[in-house]
Amino acid sequence: MKYAYYPGCSLESTAKEYDLSVRAVCFNLGIELTELPDWSCCGASSGHSTSYWLAHALAGRNLALAERTGLDIAVACPACYIRLRTTYGEMKDDPEQREELVNLIGMPYEARYNPRHVLDIIGNDIDRESLKERLAKPLGGLKLACYYGCYLVRPPQLVAFDDPENPKSMDILLDALGAEVKDWSGKVDCCGSSLSLSKREIASQLVAEIIEMARKAGAQAIVTACPLCHSNLETRQAARGQNRLPIFYFTELIGLAIGIAGTRSWLKKHMVSPLSLLASHGL
Amino acid sequence: MQYFDKSGQAIHDANFSQKVKEASRTNIDRCYQCLTCSLGCPAAFAMDYLPNQIVRMVQLGLKQPTLTSSTIWVCTDCEVCVTRCPNDVEVLRLMDALREMALQERVRGKESAVVAFHHTFLGNIKRWGRQHELSMLLQFKLRTMDFFSDLDLGIKMLMKGKLKLLPPRFKDIRGVRAIFQRIDRRLAGGERI
Repeated sequence: MKYAYYPGCSLESTAKEYDLSVRAVCFNLGIELTELPDWSCCGASSGHSTSYWLAHALAGRNLALAERTGLDIAVACPACYIRLRTTYGEMKDDPEQREELVNLIGMPYEARYNPRHVLDIIGNDIDRESLKERLAKPLGGLKLACYYGCYLVRPPQLVAFDDPENPKSMDILLDALGAEVKDWSGKVDCCGSSLSLSKREIASQLVAEIIEMARKAGAQAIVTACPLCHSNLETRQAARGQNRLPIFYFTELIGLAIGIAGTRSWLKKHMVSPLSLLASHGL
Repeated sequence: MQYFDKSGQAIHDANFSQKVKEASRTNIDRCYQCLTCSLGCPAAFAMDYLPNQIVRMVQLGLKQPTLTSSTIWVCTDCEVCVTRCPNDVEVLRLMDALREMALQERVRGKESAVVAFHHTFLGNIKRWGRQHELSMLLQFKLRTMDFFSDLDLGIKMLMKGKLKLLPPRFKDIRGVRAIFQRIDRRLAGGERI
């Protein structure tokens, strides 16, 4: 299993711990990631909100670079993932559009390689029994709400590795690692991260609803696969007394459970420290 | 059919409807106003028109209220409407087309902070090739003249190493800038969005 790895901008800064944990977990599970040389920003929501062709060109440059490597692309950030998949999907069967794109990026592109999210790769291609055999520190019944947000599951015509209304891939993974995974109805709700800076009040309200739902379901923490959801949920949630709900990346918990050294250094980067919660479960 | 605003001015524009339909690349005439999009919309509470109303307004050619609506900018791009529409109307593509048109026609809308964010975000990609959050945040604060919100948060993120002081290392900045230039040229040439 070899992939060209596209980390995306957040994973170089606000979500460094996600980048480190993705690389370490993939290495340990035999998924070979080679960082895409000189990748650029995918344009994110600002790209497609302002220009159809700018959005495709910014994503397309990276797709074209990846095509040179002859590998499928592993993407860690769902916001990048949806941009790359949108462009890939729109160009794949439309030679006319593709020609326009090629002119804009100044590079050949034939839409031959598939962009995949890391959760899809780990959840669907790694045998669960082999994952269980590696368990060094089962998650001790940690009560978790798995949160998928938007782009891992929507729109289903572009991202079809899980159910758009009730996805399960992260739940199944964490259950196998010994967590007590809670069923809840906030799984695919939007946290509003695209407006986290420009319309704080909207983002804060959406975050409050998600946190409340997770608490009601009895979760002690939320698990995500998105750097934007992660920082939005960490920084826009109001404290209940002194308490805020810790937010994990799913890769951090895999790292913890299979005993990867360095897990603690990832967790120390969180804005809401999960360390006392983990200590209370002997982790 | 003609529509008039309170001052008696006609606000109907038949060309608008056609242009948006082409630019959005989705068939909004399949909409039968079931309201599924608006019922699932997480940002509906902050909108002046609901998504299903925007669809209808475009069909009717109500250009000015559509392009100046808060709806097109407070849409969070969550894709719930696209996922649940029983008629495969891709409402988010419609929002994107309206946003692009509003920017091109320099319409003064209600959500200037959102627009300022997008310009800042893209300007930084043009400058560095990748996003550099710290300089993006500072420029965004300058543009919106909002210097104090989230200051404590920013400082804490700096201390945690989550905001890098130096911009990212990136080689092919000429390649990225050339993309922006080709897009500008395309727009100047009046090609379809």
